Amino acid sequence: MVQLKINGQPTNLDVAPDTPLLWAVREQLGLTGTKFGCGIAMCGACTVHVNGEPVRSCSTAVADVEGENVTTIEGIKNADGTLHAVQQAWVDHQVPQCGYCQSGQIMSAVALLRDTPNPTDADIDTAMSGNICRCGMYDRIRAAIKTAAQTSQVVGG
Amino acid sequence: MTKSPDVETKVRKEKKKGRWTRRGFIGAGLVAGGALVVGVAIRPGDRTDDLEKYVAGEGEHLLAAWVKISEDNTITAIIPHGEMGQGIHTALSAMLAEEMDADWDALDVIEAPAEKDYANFPLVREFATGGKKVPGFVFDTLNGAMLGIAKKMDMQITGGSTSVRFTGTGAMQTAGAAARELILKAAAKSWDVPVGSLRTAKSRVHHDASNRSAPYGEFAAAASEMKPNLHPKLKARKDYELMGKSLPRRDIPAKVDGTANFGIDAKVDGMKYATVMAAPVHGQMIASLDASAAEAMPGVISVHNMGGYVGVVAEGYWPAHQALFALDVEYVTSDASALSQEQLFAQYGAALDTGERKVMHKAGDVAKGAEGAVKTIEAEYAVPYLAHACMEPMNATAWVRDGKADIWCGTQNPLGTRMAVAKALEFDAENVTLNTAFMGGGFGRRAIPDYVLQAAELSQASGHPVKLIWSREETTQQDHFRPAVLGRFKAAVGADGMPLTWESVFNHEGEPKEASDVCYNIPNKKVEVVESHSHTRLGPWRSVDHTQHGYFTESFIEELAHAAGKDGYEYRRALLSGKPRFVKVLDAAAKLGNWGEDLPSGQAKGISIVESFETICAQVVTVDMSDGDPRVVHVACAADPGFAVNPDGFEAQMQSGIIYGLTAALYGEISLEDGAVMQSNFHDYEILRMDESPKIDTIILESDGRLGGGGEPGTPPIAPALANAVFNATGKRIRKLPIRDLGLGAAS
Repeated sequence: MVQLKINGQPTNLDVAPDTPLLWAVREQLGLTGTKFGCGIAMCGACTVHVNGEPVRSCSTAVADVEGENVTTIEGIKNADGTLHAVQQAWVDHQVPQCGYCQSGQIMSAVALLRDTPNPTDADIDTAMSGNICRCGMYDRIRAAIKTAAQTSQVVGG
Repeated sequence: MTKSPDVETKVRKEKKKGRWTRRGFIGAGLVAGGALVVGVAIRPGDRTDDLEKYVAGEGEHLLAAWVKISEDNTITAIIPHGEMGQGIHTALSAMLAEEMDADWDALDVIEAPAEKDYANFPLVREFATGGKKVPGFVFDTLNGAMLGIAKKMDMQITGGSTSVRFTGTGAMQTAGAAARELILKAAAKSWDVPVGSLRTAKSRVHHDASNRSAPYGEFAAAASEMKPNLHPKLKARKDYELMGKSLPRRDIPAKVDGTANFGIDAKVDGMKYATVMAAPVHGQMIASLDASAAEAMPGVISVHNMGGYVGVVAEGYWPAHQALFALDVEYVTSDASALSQEQLFAQYGAALDTGERKVMHKAGDVAKGAEGAVKTIEAEYAVPYLAHACMEPMNATAWVRDGKADIWCGTQNPLGTRMAVAKALEFDAENVTLNTAFMGGGFGRRAIPDYVLQAAELSQASGHPVKLIWSREETTQQDHFRPAVLGRFKAAVGADGMPLTWESVFNHEGEPKEASDVCYNIPNKKVEVVESHSHTRLGPWRSVDHTQHGYFTESFIEELAHAAGKDGYEYRRALLSGKPRFVKVLDAAAKLGNWGEDLPSGQAKGISIVESFETICAQVVTVDMSDGDPRVVHVACAADPGFAVNPDGFEAQMQSGIIYGLTAALYGEISLEDGAVMQSNFHDYEILRMDESPKIDTIILESDGRLGGGGEPGTPPIAPALANAVFNATGKRIRKLPIRDLGLGAAS
């Protein structure tokens, strides 16, 4: 039994300690917004936050995050239920195509903007190049991050 | 665009509430709850009287669209295509709403099939059977009815950029217009006023003279008694209010908060998890399996020898996946077990040398045409197998019990998949229910249902509802690859440097047939094919065989331009006289890409133009070769799809197609060693990432051309445009993809 917090909720996971966080989140908790892409931390589809830092959940054993705060795509909306500035920018720029990678893209982008509120193109390249978008929406992701950077500052969030 | 292209004059059959035309069928009827349903079924091409022949035609597709108008004025568009990110649910429903004057904001969209309301809709049955005796496979649902046809047609529902081109105009717009006319007729009768005195807007009928207005739904039941018009009048382009606008996609909100339901997200009570490992050499069978160690692992429920693959059923994906490594399995070897990549292409080369040739395209006489030539130019090009690498690994969920099967999956071919499951399980089709979900990428891969059949087989074998998930490695290696092709080209050129003849031969016919043709005005040409294949499974890959041929043709024409000492853009332009759409697209790309501008040292531009799926697309690539490897700085893309139903969506498809094709040009290769695929995951089957992604600018040109595709035409031009740019930067001709190991080193 591994204890941790998921999206603010204290949670007990009854899985083998070497089970990747990805599968515990998806199969034990039913939080299927976090996606399986490659299993070797090469694509970023499974990105979640552990204590605010982006982590590839497919390659992170639950035992390694015992007692930590894990946030998934289901946990990043604003407290009032509205979309996070990054999510809203994703809608405004019509970023997703198939959409499968977008939970991971958004989690990486949220972490980027928290650390770097005004990212340069180089910052975006560094933070986002671990996330593959097979539909090739990189232009739109880049534009949406810049929009989110602006709106985040306006709303102070 | 003011005339439905699929509803022609000749009437073959007439029913009370539905009629055949030569190429289409329009039906209307009342379903449970007093709702009016109007359906249109079409098939590109001609049909014969005999349904058997009608459905068995080579390469034919059947598509249908339906709209339901409920008494409470709820309007539902029922769309026969899966959503894989191409925005098709939005584009198609906009086409229906446009002609129907439906309230866009209140329109419901569902993906066919499987609406219970169709249970008693007799026209479906009539349609599927042509009024003949009802075969056993035609059952009560729309899905069931269509299955009989699907069975004979190998139907591929979402692919070939068909959605907007065929379903959109032929079915969605026609259904919308027919429904609107029926409602108008019923309203005119009810209010005792001429139809011409009525107008429609936002799902309501208005009679301005008497200041009356009522929702469509009020006339639904009465309209179902009317005969649908065989020739519903479609709007003129200038009157469009929804089509041609960049409407926000309906599927996007659920794709930013984790709630979008993909195949892999299926939840079924009591569900177990499974994964599989198939023979690394495609087609080989298991010789022996010792699963004892795997079966003893915690969480593992059962291990199954399924002949061509091993399946592990477990309490979760992780224990199932871990168990694969504990299997002791051997496969029956065959000649294929020795095949290497070098041998494969040597085999292709030998076939081109001596194999039996079939003529694909011909004009004039190449022998005679070459008589006045001053020079002959020859080149050979090669492209490898490619995997689709959908972000969502292959997966499906199945619950097979009591003679019934329930399936949950993303598929580009729902009807064909359902039929294939029925056949694999030896069930009647009516006992198979298919629940479709979003696809995390399709690109042609999800037109092939192998992964769904495995889920059904493992559920049946284990007695559990099973969610089967392939590893990324399995998804890469057990793909159905884009065909690897070797092509040889020869042209005789005159004193002016222009081609007198064009000859080519390649080793895989593929589809569509026009892919291997050349768009330029060349008086004598002969394009031939020799079939040469391996044991490796093939399948449709984004733009099907246009990527191979687009690369070949647009590389060779560039070689001719270079030999003539001419600019690639001007040379192409000179060979496109009398083809104004091509010239316009080429000019637009050149302008958008600043063709001819001065560039920093190490940079150069390349250009190409390819028509595929009735969209003409030209691209100008700016490449930077300063560090010895290509870095794509900018792509300018001009495309003429006739008309873009959703311009922003079309632009997104161009961007996507370009990145997809760029990935292939720079990295894409599936290669064989000992008959098995060498690549396995994203470390050795690389995908273009953010830091390598160029800025892309797109311009959409409208023309009077038929509606062209959007999902695929952006892909074929990018590889030759890049290869030509690399040549212009370095003098190094790229005759083999992917582009790598150029041996150039960094510029000093």
